[in-house]
Amino acid sequence: MTNHFIDFRNADYILIIGSNPAENHPISFKWITEAVTRGAKVINVDPRFTRTSSKAHFYARIRSGTDIAFIGGMIYWVIQDIEAHPENYNMDYIKNYTNAAFIVNNSVKLPNDIGQDGVFSGFDSTTNQYDKATWQYGNTATPETDTTLQDPYCVFQLLKKHFSRYTLDKVSQITGCPKDRIEAIYGEFAKSGAKGKAGTILYAMGATQHTYGSQNIRAYAILQSLLSNMGIAGGGINALRGTSNVQGSTDQALLWEFLPGYIIVPVDTDTDLGTFMKRAKETPITPKGLVWDKAVHWKNNYDKYIVSLLKAWYGENATKDNSFGFHYLPKAKTGANYSHIAMIDAISRGTIEGVWIWGQNPAAGGPNSNGARTALANLKWLVMTDLWLNETAEFWRRPGVNPADIQTEVIILPAAGSYEKEGSISNSGRWVQWRYKAVDPPGEAMPDLEAINMVMEKLKELYEADTSAPNREAITKLAWDYGGEITSDKVAKEMNGYDLTAKKLATDFVSTLKNDGTTSSGNWLHCGQYPEEGKNLAQRRDPVDVSPNKVGLHSNWAWSWPFNRRIIYSRASVDFDGKPWDSKRPVLLWDAANKKWLGDIVDGGGEPINLAPAGDKRGALIMTNEGVLKMWGRALVDGPLPEVYEPWESPVTNLMSGQQINPVSYISTYMNERGTVDKYPYVGTTYRCTDHWQTGIMTRNLPWLVELSPNMYVEIGEDLASNLGIKKGDKVKVSSARGDIEAVAVVTRRFQKIQVNGTTIHHIGILWHWGYSGLSKGDSGNILTPNVGDANTAIPESKTFLCNVTKV
Amino acid sequence: MADKAILFDATKCTACRGCQVACKSWNERQAVDTKCDGTLENPPDLSNQTWLKMEFREEGNNGDLRWLFTRRSCMHCTEAACVKVCPTGALFYHPDGFVSYAKEKCSGCGYCSQFCPFNVPRLDTNRVTGKGTMDKCTACTTGGFNRIDNGLPPACVKTCPTGALTYGDRDELITTGRARVQQLMVQGHTNANLYGENVVGGTHVLYVLEDSPSVYGLVENPEVPVVATAWQDIVKPAGYAVAGLVAAGLLLNVMVARINLLRKAKKEKEGK
Repeated sequence: MTNHFIDFRNADYILIIGSNPAENHPISFKWITEAVTRGAKVINVDPRFTRTSSKAHFYARIRSGTDIAFIGGMIYWVIQDIEAHPENYNMDYIKNYTNAAFIVNNSVKLPNDIGQDGVFSGFDSTTNQYDKATWQYGNTATPETDTTLQDPYCVFQLLKKHFSRYTLDKVSQITGCPKDRIEAIYGEFAKSGAKGKAGTILYAMGATQHTYGSQNIRAYAILQSLLSNMGIAGGGINALRGTSNVQGSTDQALLWEFLPGYIIVPVDTDTDLGTFMKRAKETPITPKGLVWDKAVHWKNNYDKYIVSLLKAWYGENATKDNSFGFHYLPKAKTGANYSHIAMIDAISRGTIEGVWIWGQNPAAGGPNSNGARTALANLKWLVMTDLWLNETAEFWRRPGVNPADIQTEVIILPAAGSYEKEGSISNSGRWVQWRYKAVDPPGEAMPDLEAINMVMEKLKELYEADTSAPNREAITKLAWDYGGEITSDKVAKEMNGYDLTAKKLATDFVSTLKNDGTTSSGNWLHCGQYPEEGKNLAQRRDPVDVSPNKVGLHSNWAWSWPFNRRIIYSRASVDFDGKPWDSKRPVLLWDAANKKWLGDIVDGGGEPINLAPAGDKRGALIMTNEGVLKMWGRALVDGPLPEVYEPWESPVTNLMSGQQINPVSYISTYMNERGTVDKYPYVGTTYRCTDHWQTGIMTRNLPWLVELSPNMYVEIGEDLASNLGIKKGDKVKVSSARGDIEAVAVVTRRFQKIQVNGTTIHHIGILWHWGYSGLSKGDSGNILTPNVGDANTAIPESKTFLCNVTKV
Repeated sequence: MADKAILFDATKCTACRGCQVACKSWNERQAVDTKCDGTLENPPDLSNQTWLKMEFREEGNNGDLRWLFTRRSCMHCTEAACVKVCPTGALFYHPDGFVSYAKEKCSGCGYCSQFCPFNVPRLDTNRVTGKGTMDKCTACTTGGFNRIDNGLPPACVKTCPTGALTYGDRDELITTGRARVQQLMVQGHTNANLYGENVVGGTHVLYVLEDSPSVYGLVENPEVPVVATAWQDIVKPAGYAVAGLVAAGLLLNVMVARINLLRKAKKEKEGK
């Protein structure tokens, strides 16, 4: 999240799309309710009328997977409104804090240009990949700008041209939402574009789990930039994370493409640290003609972060002479994908022989569960660290399988639960909060840290002994010196890092971390969390809000990365003199007398633009190398702007162009049958209920929660149920090209048929909490989902696929 | 001492059912063996193991669909029929106004469940011994589990994430509730009302509703049956004072039977 949960109360307009906070993030609704009680308006966009919808002032029922059409239409509506009524928008912000005025390479072609037929320039139809050369700025070193926003190749005009096809009629045709409702919502949320008004967007997996999921989020980013909602209190784009510490685990390199702190993973062509740095480091680029003249970009310090990381890992063995041990790091294959779907595929081919799984359940949690369960039998060994036996741990004795036919050796390591160990948990708002052990873990269960320490001690011993082991130095040279005593406190200090010369904890990543091997930091994002001995700031519990006008920053409660900054892009909340755009809800204030910033921690440091000397007038954003919000993108693999495509399995043809699906979609060939609308006429979409969590392993074993939701169920609209003769409580079979499941039918008015360009579309709502393990058993919703994923992240397309339903 | 109360603002409730689970957790109630019946509600009814249940109602259709959530539990009446008819004194008024319960005194007669205008107390009769046990919400005043006397809010209130449940002085909650109703009316909910303020002597669970109580499945005008009042105020004192206890008991039994017949007839008429 760019902002944080408490900050929702500051919003005037809350657009909830692709998420269901009332049911899946119940505590977040405390702050939404506070905003509403104050007079905020809630807009909810969802194929299903949820408990969130029940609390919304505006509800739009759209066909699953049509977010880009819906938001694209709003972007076009806002652009037209900006041209007609610029006084209703923050034009200073749009021109100077976004790349609206930047001039793009004039050989760029948009999907509607002649001969493009739905794809951007640079597309290679033989490889289904883009060359991004034409998406860059005309002048890549110091981009030209046009602050009148009239140049046909300025970002604003390109946006206008691209989204001019997203008319109200077209959006209504694609989404199935009535035109008057769409326009009412556009008009309402656009009001958040005024100075002094705040609008926030809350999204979750409903937005990301599509073959164009990243572009859904890009659409939100463009909209929020045009509405000057980034960096301000009550604004931002807030990804509601579904797991208590998923933010923390992502920060510590849960995702395969990152090392800790979002440092990209080295690949086999990164022959040395220098080559890697050349690829990874991005120097800031400062545009000409804006009110500011210096871009400050976090990736400019990449070398300090990776060298400090290598020092944390390899200690004395990381020296200037050996590139700080860069060669020890395993390297990914260039162009290879190591995401979840690809991993299951590799297991099925025997490329991966053994897997150690911590707190995950791919036999029920990933797409295409039948495929995953089949693949697991190709493993020689499988180690499961979990609180309970889950479907993955029991795949070898699942229904319909003869255990004697499966040779995989499965080892179970019982884990300690969150109340049975000490450590930090990072919430969705990036607050790192220290937690303490309440009770001892039962039986042989132990904290992850202790388990991995025991294994590492043994691994070190084995690698020391075996001089022929491949890349053995990656293990033997590690500064893994805990002995039998590993504590989360010690690890927290290592993550924070040290000034190795002064033998002191690092105070923060700007003033301490260096690229010469004199500092260490296991994760630069956490540098500053533990600035001196005995002072772990994640342990702070001061609830007093000291922010100006009490906007709820609560800066002395726990610690948030980076730098204890509570709202990312905070510099965009003030004008060129350092005055907040919204005087009622200031995130930052320039204290002219004492020449310092008050409130949140300012992005990038320095003085306000108008006060700073020439050459040090800093851009609003440190997260992009051009110092502004990027409405025009240059980084994603599937286009500089979002464009409407249909899901991999769709009941209709793309009404926007001849290109049916995102051409860069990640499509697995492993056990991945593709369904067609004649056999599978309905749109399936998966989601969670309040009572169960993920694959249910933490909740399906708790009697009180099983009592609330005892059986696997699917939700079917009254209209379709009546057509099919299905009554509430009936047992039904839901099938897709990948498999079929049985479930209890919950018949409801909350799903309704949708008319899309003359075709009637029905949705089937599918829970994915169940499986064959635990106290409450049932079929897994993910048996139905396909092995296809987003072009950029390969997150599976679980939110839209084709299925059929029949009464059993 | 000012009476305490719980205010349930249905317009702020997201039906997360944290209250339902917190109630079981604090009061050590067992999970009921349930089945999905095609709705999102469970358990199917209140019981001596389930003192609080959230109900879901879909009202209207496509354009104006509403999904309403209601709390079903003891209303803690000031004029509590159950207290009036309880022959053993097991049900009694807590000093803060809640209807508390001393389980060890319960004879299992079931009069409380027969007379409650809100249909709350449930009697689970043991099939072997034939002995019934009643249980219901005590607003966390049950001996050994008493949060109220220890200065804590009831478990359901404590766990509510959205502020739909609040606890405090009844007078203050009435002021809060009335103000909220006014706000809802201004927002166009012309039938908004504060439920429980005056009925049955005033309940100690108050509801802020955006529509009429019946839309939420609540009794519009709950009343203490005349028979219950007669029992407590006339028959019971007289019965205990003289040797007419048996006769009085029989009289009550007749009355209960009569009421049951009337209830059954009414239910049949409503087609339930």
